[in-house]
Amino acid sequence: MKFGVVVFPGSNCDHDAFYAIRNILKKPVEFIWHQSEDLANCDAIILPGGFSYGDYLRTGAIARFSPVMKSVGKFAKSGGTVLGVCNGFQILLEAGLLPGAMMRNSGLRFICRHVHIRVEQTDTPFTNAAMKGQVLKVPIAHSDGNYTCDDSTLADLEKNRQVVFRYTSADGSDDAAGNPNGSTANIAGICNRERNVAGLMPHPERAVESALDSADGLVIFRSMVEALVGAAKATA
Amino acid sequence: MATAPTEIKVTSEIAAEHGLTAEEYARVKQILGREPNITELGIFSVMWSEHCSYKSSKVHLKRLPTRGKLVVQGPGENAGVVDIGDGLVAAFKIESHNHPSYVEPFQGATTGVGGILRDIFTMGARPVAALDSLRFGPIVAGNGVSEEEAAKNRRILDGVIRGVAHYGNCFGVPTVGGEVGFEPCYSQNPLVNVLALGIAKKEDLFFAKARGTGNPVIYVGAKTGRDGIHGASLLASAEFTEESKQKRPNVQVGDPFMEKLLLEACLEAMQTGAVVAIQDMGAAGLTCSTTEMASRGGTGIEIDLAKVPQRESGMTPYEIMLSESQERMLLVAEDGREREVLDVFKKWGLDAVVVGEVTEGGLLRVRDRDKLAAEIPAHPLAEEGPVYRRPIAQPSLRKEPATDWFSFAADGTNLTNNFAKLLASPAIASKRWITQQYDTSVRTNTLAGPGASDAAVIRIKDPETGVVKRALALATDGNGRWCQLNPRVGAMHAVAEAARNVAASGARPMAATNCLNFGSPEKPEVMWQFSEAIDGLTVACNELGTPITGGNVSFYNETLGRSIYPTPVIGVLGILEDASRVLKIGFRDEGDLIVLLDGAVRVSGAQHAAPLLDARREFSSSEYSKTISGIVAGEPPAIDLAAEKRLQECLVALAANGAVRSAHDISDGGIAVTLAESCFASPTGPQQAAPQLGANVKLEGTTLPAEYALFGESGARAVVTVAPTSLAAVLETARQYGVTAHQIGQVIGSDAFRIEYKESAVIDTSVAKLYDVWAHSLERTLKVS
Repeated sequence: MKFGVVVFPGSNCDHDAFYAIRNILKKPVEFIWHQSEDLANCDAIILPGGFSYGDYLRTGAIARFSPVMKSVGKFAKSGGTVLGVCNGFQILLEAGLLPGAMMRNSGLRFICRHVHIRVEQTDTPFTNAAMKGQVLKVPIAHSDGNYTCDDSTLADLEKNRQVVFRYTSADGSDDAAGNPNGSTANIAGICNRERNVAGLMPHPERAVESALDSADGLVIFRSMVEALVGAAKATA
Repeated sequence: MATAPTEIKVTSEIAAEHGLTAEEYARVKQILGREPNITELGIFSVMWSEHCSYKSSKVHLKRLPTRGKLVVQGPGENAGVVDIGDGLVAAFKIESHNHPSYVEPFQGATTGVGGILRDIFTMGARPVAALDSLRFGPIVAGNGVSEEEAAKNRRILDGVIRGVAHYGNCFGVPTVGGEVGFEPCYSQNPLVNVLALGIAKKEDLFFAKARGTGNPVIYVGAKTGRDGIHGASLLASAEFTEESKQKRPNVQVGDPFMEKLLLEACLEAMQTGAVVAIQDMGAAGLTCSTTEMASRGGTGIEIDLAKVPQRESGMTPYEIMLSESQERMLLVAEDGREREVLDVFKKWGLDAVVVGEVTEGGLLRVRDRDKLAAEIPAHPLAEEGPVYRRPIAQPSLRKEPATDWFSFAADGTNLTNNFAKLLASPAIASKRWITQQYDTSVRTNTLAGPGASDAAVIRIKDPETGVVKRALALATDGNGRWCQLNPRVGAMHAVAEAARNVAASGARPMAATNCLNFGSPEKPEVMWQFSEAIDGLTVACNELGTPITGGNVSFYNETLGRSIYPTPVIGVLGILEDASRVLKIGFRDEGDLIVLLDGAVRVSGAQHAAPLLDARREFSSSEYSKTISGIVAGEPPAIDLAAEKRLQECLVALAANGAVRSAHDISDGGIAVTLAESCFASPTGPQQAAPQLGANVKLEGTTLPAEYALFGESGARAVVTVAPTSLAAVLETARQYGVTAHQIGQVIGSDAFRIEYKESAVIDTSVAKLYDVWAHSLERTLKVS
């Protein structure tokens, strides 16, 4: 089992994802350069946070055209596990691998702080080790995390149980004050209908050790490992 | 058609317009043996500007202690470097970007951050943390401050914060600490000082010394444009007038994305082994980088400007040499291996062009195709600039009648309302509104971000294995008000407090960096302040074992003839041998005992038993006096460096043996603020609304009034909390270090906040009430602008 962390020019959470997988999860991981169309036989791909290509036009708008995204698109279409964090989530939206779009935070400022997100679905490769309704304390760090979509898309997301994480208060109750960026329906993260591609604004890779205030993000990576192990067994 | 600038005949008038005095111009002609052309004049004027040449400060800076067992590189390179064990080093430096941040707050601040980050990775170190030390004019109207002025200051603050955030966040370095202060003197001249820290393997350090005749000189990064021409000489080396807004084109524009690419490409290129030397293009751009690399290496450099990547056409040699376009680097590669270097930059999509070569003979030779644009001996240009021993004059002694000093409230007065007012003042109030705009956790090393500990604490991951053992702590400090009242003592306090903050996080202070913000050096009383501050820094750094490894001097911080308070900002770096032993300020558990540590040897049972008049004099310089009575007078608290040293060593020992549960030093606002902040940082309830722990404290009575006991700012003190079972061990450790330790109260499970003094409750309220004014004051003030 091997993880791949894509490096776009301007990615700045690539090292953090790499560290979380190698040093904490203790699984093999390698960087994948944005010019490469070869995903190096990785079993799961992580699109990390940062400011790909400077994000001067619109977050993720340029990155979706990079060579690696062609391969990531094919990988995703064939059922490969893809997780986008922060800028990675924005890129997945721009690439059309997830529905919806991102707007500036409602407060129009960059926000970095811990938030609480509730695990809404556990039948995904990103949450199968979590409990439904489990509240994770994870940091956010973004200025464009205000997820939006039209009403019919939202209805589809809800109907198909694609909203994986929602901002809540610390005890897990629905609370507008727990939503840091004004996102539609307090959405923090979603998956595609096939459930193999997910994106979220909070940074689970920054919450993998209690020394960093929270190890709650680890469950997302553990889930991915379990899903990959399960998939390997199924094909064996 | 305009005459090409190269054809302008240089006269002494034109030299004067470039800021060169008659004597300096004569020296230029002497070095060249002829009249300079306009490009050469421009080169001399930036290299000999105050900003680049340190001509007024050099004679004083020599007095600073710069050596130490752990110092790998002192002042003179792009950043100071210290040994942090296991083959690793830390590179760190603080720098100012004051004037540009007033003219254009957002871009001024971004390029300030960009400049200092480049200084760090130029050394081969990966930046891992940034701190910013900011000073603004008042952001609340009243006390002689108009709403218009307050609104302007809020806009400047907002622009600066957005600028710092934008650059650091995008670049991917966490902004983990610093301080923000407010005084009327900064209204027309805010201070934006940024400190950056990087980590490298010792053998991977790079220096800016050109060597090897025939080695290619490579230009990398952003294209050169007409922005920032004379930024260093005009903007940073002259005071402000009404026309300063016209200098906006002199402010550079920052591109953090480009800088991020530059970082990755430079570190990767250095790994090829083909890079001989590297220097960033900051102030005075191509001029400074070529001259300094040649001068340090004892070589010459020849470049061809036609090869320099340019953003616009028709730029003259003068403009290209003086441009301060950001995100550019100059490096020297090994002859024959330039392809390896160029390939790395190509991979990262950056311009990289061989523009010249290292030469023999020590000449900086600038060609524009086949025309010679400038030819100057590099060493005299870099090192033999003017050095001034400017006149020094102590201002006439302030004669303050005691009636001008703070008058203490009568015994038994309930001070709760004044305390709430103090907590709500911008200087003391929570800075969360600001720090929340900074990415504080990227790189996953932040063990203590803004407000969590007295210092910012960053763990050190081994660059190859990621394994963590030690951590580094950083704090900045500089009380301009105190330096105005007594620059020598004020400067000593700056070092002492920054070092105390580091020690209160559990780290041993090891080295310092300084950013010296002062008025015009042409004023004898400013030079007196400067000289006194240097003496204060020297004594304090020697005593506390924190040599100065670098920094910068920012003169001419004045507008319309009014100087700022002399504001030396000191950054102290410390090391924690065990990254898991970080001390934070927040109370941890109900029932923990609150212990006051005092490094000073005071007469038993009569702490601070100074005569009342001395106490009034000292108290008049406090944050409380300024906030509650509008009085800024008297003297900073007397300083006892031996006491500071004892306290710091004690704190480091207590952290190492894991005996204390929290630690917080006593500084602005006195022990009352210290205790309140420790409550505020205690664990929050399920709604995260308010902290859950309170404090019940009884301060020992002295003859002095309650306000002095609660809000006095004498140094060498800290508050720690201790589990009851560890009290004896903590008292014993304190005794070993010669530190007085008294249990003064207890952490309580309710949210009551009570301080008793001389048998009466002088503060009696709830943590929630105090927290509300403290936590939301700044956002309430700033959201309306």
